[in-house]
Amino acid sequence: MYQYDTYDQAMVDARVAEFRDQTQRRLDGQLSEAQFRPLRLMNGLYLQLHAYMLRVAVPYGTLSSKQMHMLAHIARQYDRDYGHFTTRQNIQYNWIKLADAPDILADLASVEMHAIQTSGNCIRNISSDQFAGVSADEIADPRPLAELLRQWSSFHPEFTYLPRKFKIAVIASQEDRAAMRLHDIGIELVKKDGEIGARVFVGGGMGRTPMVAPEIRAFVPFAEVVSYLEACLRVYNRHGRRDNKYKARIKILVHEMGREEYTRQVEEEFAHMKTLGLDPPLAELERIAAHFAPPPYETGLSDEIDLSDRDFAAWVSTQVKPHKVPGYAIVNISLKPIGGIPGDASSAQMDLMADLAEKYSFDELRVTHAQNIVLAHVKKADLYALWKALEEADLGTANLDLISDIIACPGLDYCSLANARSIPVAQKIAERFSDLGRQKELGELKLKISGCINACGHHHAGNIGILGVDRKGVENYQLLLGGSGAEDVSLGQITGPGFDENGIVDAVEKATNVYLANRTEGERFVDTFRRIGMAPFKEALYA
Amino acid sequence: MNILTGNDLATGDVIWWTGEGWSIHVNDAVDVGDKGAEIAQAESAARRVNEAYVIEGEKDNEGNVRPAHIKERIRALGPTVRLDLSLKPADPNAGNWVI
Ligand code: HEM
Ligand code: SF4
Repeated sequence: MYQYDTYDQAMVDARVAEFRDQTQRRLDGQLSEAQFRPLRLMNGLYLQLHAYMLRVAVPYGTLSSKQMHMLAHIARQYDRDYGHFTTRQNIQYNWIKLADAPDILADLASVEMHAIQTSGNCIRNISSDQFAGVSADEIADPRPLAELLRQWSSFHPEFTYLPRKFKIAVIASQEDRAAMRLHDIGIELVKKDGEIGARVFVGGGMGRTPMVAPEIRAFVPFAEVVSYLEACLRVYNRHGRRDNKYKARIKILVHEMGREEYTRQVEEEFAHMKTLGLDPPLAELERIAAHFAPPPYETGLSDEIDLSDRDFAAWVSTQVKPHKVPGYAIVNISLKPIGGIPGDASSAQMDLMADLAEKYSFDELRVTHAQNIVLAHVKKADLYALWKALEEADLGTANLDLISDIIACPGLDYCSLANARSIPVAQKIAERFSDLGRQKELGELKLKISGCINACGHHHAGNIGILGVDRKGVENYQLLLGGSGAEDVSLGQITGPGFDENGIVDAVEKATNVYLANRTEGERFVDTFRRIGMAPFKEALYA
Repeated sequence: MNILTGNDLATGDVIWWTGEGWSIHVNDAVDVGDKGAEIAQAESAARRVNEAYVIEGEKDNEGNVRPAHIKERIRALGPTVRLDLSLKPADPNAGNWVI
C-alpha cells in the first residue's frame, strides 16, 4: 500500500489545523454559515437530513487494517457505532457533531486519511478495481496510476473550482468492476506493442442526464497520462457551463461540443502541455509503484478447498474469486445481509474485518463500488476459518452479484436531496427473494436503487434499476431494465408508470418471472432483456 | 400552520422553534405565522440555530404537531430503517407516523 511521504503528511496535518481554526471561528460567531459552508464542504462535512455528515475518502478503495480500525474507532467514539460504505468506495458517517469534526480529521490524519475533496466542484476520490493487483486478467496494477492521480489532483490549484464535481476511475482489466465508463473520465490501462498506456474515455456520468463516456483516445503513453488529463480538464474548465448547474458536468460539454471537437481541442492543449515538462519523472512513478509491490506470498500452496460443509461451499461458490497466485483466493465480504441496510457496517464489524485482514490477508482491505468489502489475498487453506469468523458477525451472506446484493443510496432516510426512501425498498426486495436457492436460480442480477435523480445508487446501471420519485408528497418508484455498469455498459430504460413501495417489489418479481420464462441456456437477466426487448416485460408489468 | 426548524450549530441536532427556544421534539413546535424569517435571522445571529427555515406543519387527530411533508417527518423522527436511533426508539410503530 502507498505510504505518505513527508509532503503528504504535512499537507494533511496543515489542513487539519486550518479546519480546527475555521471551526472554532464558526462556533465563536466570527464566521457566518455562508462563509463557513464552503470551508466545511471542502473537508467533506455536509449538513444532512438529521445532522452533520462526514464523507471520508478511501483512495481507490484500499485500506490497511490500521485504517479500518480507525474508521471503527470514529464510528464508536464520535458517531452512532456504524458507518455507510458508498458506491464511490468512500465511507460516510451520519451523526457527526461540528465540534468533534476537527478531532475526527486529526484522528484520520494519524492513519494517513482525510476527507479533503470529498465534496465540491473538484476532482473527487479516484476510484478503481477492487481486484487490482490480484486478478489474473489485468495487464498491470491500476493503483500506482490511481495514486499518482490522487497526488496530482490533491489541491490542484487550477482544478479546485471546476464547473462541477469531477470523478475519475482507473481500471486495467477488460472486465470492468468499477463502472469506469460512467465516470467523467474513465481510464483503462492497455498494452500496445509491449508498452503500457491509457485508453481514455471522457464524459460519462449518471445523475439526471446519464451518459456512457465515449473513447477519445485509444492510447496515451503511461508517462504522459498526467499531461493528457490536464489537457482534458483544461478544455472542460474553459468551456464547461457555469451558468446552469444541471448542464455543468463534462458529459454535457462533450455531448454539446461533440466528441470530435472536444478531442481536437484536447489534442491541441496536450501538444502544448507536453512542452511544459509537467509529467512526473520516471523515478517518481517507480517510487509510487514500489509501494504496490505484491505482498510476500508463500509458494507451493495447495489449491484444494475442503467443501464438505455445504453452507461453506455455498459461500465459496459466490464470494470467492480466483487469485493470480496459486494457493490464494480473493474473498468478497457481503455488506448485504438479507433485510439489512446495504453498505452499512457496525464498528464491531469494521474491527473484525480489520482483524481478519491482518490475520489472513496481509493487512489490507478494499471497498467496492457495490458497497461490499474485499480481502484480496487469502490462502485457500484459511478460507474455512475466515468464513466461520464472518458468519458469526453476520458478514457471511453468500449473495455476491445476486438479486439481494443491492446497491442502495441512503435515500430519504438520511439524505436531504431525496424524494423517496431507498433502503426499505432494498430490504423488502431482499426479503422477498431471501431464499438463496432462488437467488442462485436467477443468477447474476444487479439491482440498484437511488432515492432521487442524482443517481448515487447507480440505478441507470442496474440490470434492474429503481428510482424513487415524489408524487404529490407520496413516495413512488420507477422501474428501469437493462442497464449495466460493467464492460458491457448500457443505460437502463424506464418501463412505464411508477409503483408504490409494495408495488415495486411485486414489479421486480414479475420482471424476474419474465426472465425465467424466456431465458435460454447460459443467459443472464440482462442478456435476455437485450434479446427479447422491453415489450414482454411491459406486458407482464402493466397487464 | 408554519413551523420553524433548523439544526443546532454545534451538535447538528434537528431542532424546532417553541416560541421561547428550541426543542428536538417537533410536537413542541409553534405556529410562527409570518414571523419565521425574522425569528430565524435573530436566532441564527445569536448562534442558537443553523440553517433555519420555515416549513408547513399540521396537527394530527390527537392534536400533535407534525410536518406536512414526509421528508420533514423523517427528519423530525430519525431514519425509519433505524428506529433504535430515532426519537422514538421504544415505539415499534414509530415508522407509521412518517407514512
Ligand atoms: C447523502 C449525501 C449525498 C449528497 C448530498 C449527494 C449529492 C449528489 C448529487 C447532487 C449528485 C448529482 C451530481 C450531478 O449529476 O451533477 C450525486 C451523484 C452521485 N453520488 Fe451522491 N450524494 C450523497 C450521497 C452519496 C452516496 C451515499 C453515494 C454512494 C452510495 C454517492 C455517490 C454518488 C454517485 C456514484 C453519483 C453519480 C455519479 C455521477 O456523479 O455522475 N452519493 N450525488
Ligand atoms: S441519489 Fe439522491 S437520495 Fe440518493 S443519496 Fe444521492 S442525492 Fe441522496
